Amino acid sequence: MLRTLWYSTRVRNWLFQIALLGGLAALVAWIVGNTLTNLAARGIRTGFEFLSRPARFPISESVLAYDSADTYGWAFAVGIGNTVFVSALTILLASLLGFAVALARGMGNPLLSALAGAYVTLMRNMPLIVQLLFWYALATTAFPPARQALNPLPGVYLSQRGIHLPALAFEGTAVLVLIALAAGVAAALGRRRFLGRGGLLWPLGAALAAGLLLILLRGSAPELDMPLLVGLNFRGGLHLTPEFAALMIGLVLYTAAFISEIIRGGIEAIARGQWEAGRALGLTRRQILRHIIVPQALRIIIPPLTSQYLSTVKNTTLALAVGYPELGLVVGTVINQSGQAIESILIMLAVFLSISVSVSLFMNWYNARVALVVR
Amino acid sequence: MSVTEHPPLAARTPPAKARTPLVRLLFGDVLSALLTLLALGLILALLPALNWAVLDAVWSTEDPDTCRQGGACWAYVQDKARLILFGIYPPEQHWRPLLVIGLILAMVLASLSPRLWGARLLAIWGLSLLAMLGLMRGGFLGLPLVPTSQWGGLPVTLLLAVLSLGIGFPFAVALALGRRSALPVPRLVSVGLIELVRGLPLVGVLFVASILLPLLLPEGWTIDKLGRTLAALTVFAAAYLAEVIRGGLQGVDKGQGEAAQALGIPFWKTIWHIILPQAIQKVIPPLTNTAIIMVKNTSLVMIVGVFDMLGAGRAAAADPAWPAPYTETYLFVALMYFLICIAISLYSRWLEQTVKNRSHS
Repeated sequence: MLRTLWYSTRVRNWLFQIALLGGLAALVAWIVGNTLTNLAARGIRTGFEFLSRPARFPISESVLAYDSADTYGWAFAVGIGNTVFVSALTILLASLLGFAVALARGMGNPLLSALAGAYVTLMRNMPLIVQLLFWYALATTAFPPARQALNPLPGVYLSQRGIHLPALAFEGTAVLVLIALAAGVAAALGRRRFLGRGGLLWPLGAALAAGLLLILLRGSAPELDMPLLVGLNFRGGLHLTPEFAALMIGLVLYTAAFISEIIRGGIEAIARGQWEAGRALGLTRRQILRHIIVPQALRIIIPPLTSQYLSTVKNTTLALAVGYPELGLVVGTVINQSGQAIESILIMLAVFLSISVSVSLFMNWYNARVALVVR
Repeated sequence: MSVTEHPPLAARTPPAKARTPLVRLLFGDVLSALLTLLALGLILALLPALNWAVLDAVWSTEDPDTCRQGGACWAYVQDKARLILFGIYPPEQHWRPLLVIGLILAMVLASLSPRLWGARLLAIWGLSLLAMLGLMRGGFLGLPLVPTSQWGGLPVTLLLAVLSLGIGFPFAVALALGRRSALPVPRLVSVGLIELVRGLPLVGVLFVASILLPLLLPEGWTIDKLGRTLAALTVFAAAYLAEVIRGGLQGVDKGQGEAAQALGIPFWKTIWHIILPQAIQKVIPPLTNTAIIMVKNTSLVMIVGVFDMLGAGRAAAADPAWPAPYTETYLFVALMYFLICIAISLYSRWLEQTVKNRSHS
């Protein structure tokens, strides 16, 4: 009886699973017990009430307004805001650059594709943190002081204080033009979504024309706000700190190399027969690309592209090496200031886990939508 | 009915490949001419960098002040190479980390050919890694003891990469098998662990290991900083390797396992001798890719204060005698990483070709 039980697959599976669960539970209990004794022995108070205490440390730059009199909770929010801002900007710029590099490699011009290939190989084989530190070192030690700032293009100044750019002053008419443009895009997208036809060109053109008409009627164009050297520093314009500039340059160049490889791989994975069939039907190169190759390539490109975007979000934590205050740096500072290590790290982990999980859920939904329906 | 016999068709040679002359490729039409000009413009824009790195550079000097002319200061790298490569390891003992680098290189060279892979090679790797750790640490046979807080530079980078991948691999196999299991408990546990670690940035995992680990272990269990970062890297490597291996397991025909079951081969032997060898062979390129990612990831340990090559380089550049040569230091460190990673990817390409040829013949 016992013998048959011992050799029964079902009994064995049950025993194995019970043992596994029991072992895990014991491990967790052991760790929790250790933590509690250690915390008691060191007299550390745990709990999240420190979040409402004033933080009393500065954050050098942020998208959300911050003052050192604000609470720890708000400091975390400011860190998250910076992380989201840097991630979104990197993803946008790196996608554009990556697409351009993939194009450069596939255009059939040997010089350009060799250049693009060298760029991709270099970027992919050096650690991101070394690249970030390199750009930061370049921005802080190799650039001249503000008085002798490099001026490669009119209105663009490179100095130890970072990069100063002309800014578009979004006032009055310019805002109206932007609103008109947004309305045009929305109308075009909606038309395409619900009527299933129509290009983006004419609604956009109409919106632009309306905007120009407005400018003519009101007689004021959007103004450029140029940076000006006053004394030892610049006034006006758009100012990028060395930390932010180094972070963006490093992240965008690094990420674009990976994205360009993903795009190139996706397009090359489409069988040659698809091109030849398109040509046999008398389609032009552009038509083949748009209606045959890209829809199929997207199916291959999207999953690795998403995981690349996710790793980009995670890569922004390396900003703490160059001192840009994203979530990782804020967490490090809070731990130093308050000693609430467990809570701070838990917050950081929770933020990144929720970003990852929501992006994966979205991807699964999208994949199910574009996947081939197989009988 | 008579069958007319056709003479066999003579084999035709394929038409000669059309070769476009280079000039046509570069300046054939307006678009390619524009692209060529764009490429030339990019190269021109890079010339000042070349000027800085080569023509204006100071290659060797006795006096650090000659480096203040505006060119790259390679003399500094020459002067500090030992500090960057070995960190603050006692200088008179530098032959030990050098020997460790040599041993790792020799072991890597010895395991290049897939024909030699097997349990014996694994055992040799284990023994030689133990020997390397012993050699670095010392404290026997008259070798002075060097605590891990004084280890640094390239040996730390290499040891962290090799050890995290090596220790992580068996865990990764277990996690991958668990995720493919039909039983709910191992499947959920594996999915949870893998997705938890993959959802986190490595910086977060390093924070957990360096700040929280001492709190999670009983009083008196102390793991030094290097050990804690190794633990973090191992956990990280295991989660990423597990996903790669899972891909390989998915690619193995179900019939293989069923045939083994029909023959009465026990489960674990089926896994070890039949499933895993086929699964791993299928995922060699992504495995080497993960190896490259882990080599690059070791540079993050600098954040928690371990003196790997990057940390040692930063410490070297802080020497006030030289004019803050951070740029040169990072270029040198980046070059070292580049050489390691490009070697791995060239090897991967060669290996893929060899495996393909072998399975065709």
